[in-house]
Parts: sequence; structure tokens; C-alpha cells
Amino acid sequence: MSALPNPAAGPTAGRATGPARRALRGVLPPLLLLAAWQAASTGGLADPRLLPPLERVAAAAWTQLTAGNLRDSLLRDLGGFALGASAGLGLGLLLGLSPLAGRLLRPSFDALKGIAVFAWIPLIAIWFGFGEASKLAFIALAAFTPVVLNVDEGVRGVPAPLREVAAALAWTPWQRLTRLVLPAALPSILTGLQLGLIHAWLATVGAEYFLAKGSGLGGVLIEGRDRFDMAQVLLGVLLLGGVGYALNRLADLAARRLTRWRTA
Amino acid sequence: MSAPGDVAARGRVELRGVGKRFRVDGRELTVLDGIDLVIEPGEFVTILGASGCGKSTLLRLLAGLEHPDAGEVRHDGRAIAGTGLERGLVFQEPRLFPWLTVAENVAAALLNAPLDADAKRRAVAGHIAMVGLGGFERAYPHQLSGGMAQRVAIARGLVNRPGLLLLDEPFGALDAFTREQLQDELRALQAREGFTTVLVTHDVEEALYLGDRVVVMSPRPGRIRAVIAVPLGQPRDRADELLGRLHHAARAALRDTLPLAA
Repeated sequence: MSALPNPAAGPTAGRATGPARRALRGVLPPLLLLAAWQAASTGGLADPRLLPPLERVAAAAWTQLTAGNLRDSLLRDLGGFALGASAGLGLGLLLGLSPLAGRLLRPSFDALKGIAVFAWIPLIAIWFGFGEASKLAFIALAAFTPVVLNVDEGVRGVPAPLREVAAALAWTPWQRLTRLVLPAALPSILTGLQLGLIHAWLATVGAEYFLAKGSGLGGVLIEGRDRFDMAQVLLGVLLLGGVGYALNRLADLAARRLTRWRTA
Repeated sequence: MSAPGDVAARGRVELRGVGKRFRVDGRELTVLDGIDLVIEPGEFVTILGASGCGKSTLLRLLAGLEHPDAGEVRHDGRAIAGTGLERGLVFQEPRLFPWLTVAENVAAALLNAPLDADAKRRAVAGHIAMVGLGGFERAYPHQLSGGMAQRVAIARGLVNRPGLLLLDEPFGALDAFTREQLQDELRALQAREGFTTVLVTHDVEEALYLGDRVVVMSPRPGRIRAVIAVPLGQPRDRADELLGRLHHAARAALRDTLPLAA
């Protein structure tokens, strides 16, 4: 009788392949693309100087990763994001919570957000110099705007009927903030943080590319361009895409865990 | 302050010359005018009227969510200055916090109650059981049916053992079967616990079936048109002959309140 299989394991295990198989389908196009790339460069369809074979990209990856360029970019990204997102949370909460602050500052902020973030580069370079500070400032600015917008919107979007319940339950202002406003705004706040994270990553390579030359993936791209080393350029592009995708997935997972009440 | 047992001794409501105006599109609109009403402790009063007659505003004044422009509203002798835990409030929609479980939603009403953590836990469990939702403590609102969610709202309204329970068309959004079931449950609960109850409705049958007295209101401005006593005990038979006769009286009073254009 100990050899009897667990009847519950069968269908559960069978169902588990469903989402996994669906996830695999998403991986298929990039894999096919890589295979086509490899076939084109080894089969002589493309000039290997313009489209180098994958093993040369992999070799470049080894040199660049050991040189710490990916790590430097990630640290810069997260540092700038942390600065910009904290400031954005602060201003977003202020705009959303204080009607006076909202009326005073929202029009100016709406005007400022219409300026493309790259337009700030000359000013930032002059104000913060050509060192690490200006890169962090640029990344922080990129993360700042979507966080402010979404936090402000989330805080102002707390349903009036629930505000009345909080009033009927005689909650204190602090209880209303922590138990009503923040939980109600949380999905919107998380959206803002996720967008901020994406913008910060785009800004990281922008800062590395357009501001001072130095370590990081932006530097990898510049160096590859200057030496006409397409393996290195393609590696830079692949890493940017991969990291961006990974950051977004992580943010997605974190957001889903934090708002489990929506689907639990 | 809220020991069980003394509930029936509290819950007296007095409205004296109460008036309320709102500004709508720059024009003053009188919503309530000259409302005089005394509700005795333990009484179940239903307020019946067409939409726009100010019955919900009247309930919001009792809850402390609005303030009268004229006259005074008193609960147990004290003028109502704002919301308070001595009054429980149930809205037409359950209005549960979607990020809290059933138990947490009920406990949300006890945040500022003068009870220790253990007493709060017992009160929450007791009131969830009282509305028949034992076993659903850890469910989230979106997992509940409309009737279950409204039961949670009733448990939340009662968990502080208020002397006065206020309900604003609480069963209006439910299907007929669930509505009758919840009406019976609320009436049984009220008979057992003895809290004063004011329930606003536009449903004549509901008003008569539940109320010891039915206050019929007329619109624009909201005034009390008639007060119909229902001299029947609980539980009641929905097919009771007296209810049928009172139904005609209530409908007549209600019809008189409607402007000819409507």
C-alpha cells in the first residue's frame, strides 16, 4: 500500500506544465533570432565584421563582465533610481495629500514633465560636472517623473466612499494615511516605481553614452563603436535588453506579491 | 464604555427643527426642513421616501458625516458633532477595504476602541459568527458574494456594540432572496441585542416589514409626511393582513408626496 501513487499529484503536475509551456513560447522568437543570426554569420550570408558570430560576442562578454562594466552600470542605475524614486515618492505624496501643494506645484510639474529628459543633459553636465554625480542626477531625474505622476494620481484616487468609512470608524489622520491612502494608492505607486525603474535603466546607458566616458555598458558601446568591434556593440545591446527585461520582471513579481489581495 | 448588556438603555435619538441646505450649481437647495422626530432606545425605525427626499441626508446627519444648518440632532442627549464609535453605519454598498480580509475589515472598526487586543479578537470572531460568516475570516472581499460582503459590513457596523445602528438602503443592491434573508437576520439580531436601528429605504414592503414605525418623507424640501406605527411583534409574517392594509396607507402617503410632474 505504500507503493500507491498520490492521486492528487497527477492532475496538479499536469496543469503545472501549462504556464511553463506558455512562458516558453515567449522565449522562442529571441531563440530563433539568435539561431538565424548564427546561421547568417557562419553561413557567409552576412559580413562577419558587421554581424559577428555568437562565439565572438560571448568572448567579448567574458572580457567585459570580468572588467565589471555590467556591475558598474547596475550599481549606477540602482543608485540613481533610489535617489529619484525617494524624491518622487516625497513630492508625489505632497501633491496628492495637500490640496494647496497640488494647486501650487502641479501645473509647474506638468510643464516640466513635457521636457524630454535628454534635454537636461547639457544643464546637468554644467551643474554637476562630468563625473559620477551628473550621471546619478540624470538617472534620478529620469526615475523621478513617472514616480511623482503615479503616486500623486494614486493618492488622489482613493475612493470617496472608503474615505467616508474611515471617517465613520473615527480613524485618526495617521490611521487614514497608513491604512487607507497608502494601501489604496499602492497599485499606482508600484506602477510608478516600475516605470521609474525602466526609465532609470534607459537613462543609465544614456548618461554613460552622452556624459563623461567611463565604465559601464555605455562605455562598452562607445568603445565598441570607436574600435569598430561589432561583437562588443552587439554585446552591449544584448545586455541592455536583457537587464531591462529582468528588472521589469522583478518589479512585476514584487508588485504582484505586494498586492496579492487583488487576486488571492 | 461599551459593556454588553447596557445597549438597550442607550440609543435615544432626538431631532428638533432640523434643516439642511446644499449649494448646487450656485443655488441654495433645501434638502431637509423642519424635521422633528424622537426615536426611543431599542426602537427600529424605517425612513421611507422616493429618491431625492433627503432620507439619506437625514441618516448622514445622524452618523455625523453632515451637520445641520438649523435645529439640533442629539444622540443620548448629546449633540452629534461628528462621527463616533457609539454609532454604527452600514451603506448601500458594503464598502469593505479590498486589501483587508473579512476579519481585518471588521477589526478596522475597533482600531480606536478602548479594548485590549484579546478582547478585540474575541469581538471580531464573535461578530463574524453572528452574521453567519464563521470560516470566512481570511477571505478577501472580492471572494465574497454581495450578500456575504454586506453581512461583513453589518458585522463591522455592530462590532463596537453601538447603541445606534444606521443603515442606508443596505439591501437595495441584493437579489430578492438574499434581501429577504438579510432582512430577517437583521431583525432577529436587533430583537436579540436591542440596539436602536434607523434604516433608510425606498421599498415600502421593507419599511413596513422591518419597522416598529415607518417615517414617510416628502421631497423638495425633505419633510416628514406621515409616521405609521406597525403594531406587530417579531418575527413577522410577510403575508400579514395588517401589513397589507398599512401598505396601502404608506403608498397613499408616498404618492401624495410626489410632485405632479413626476
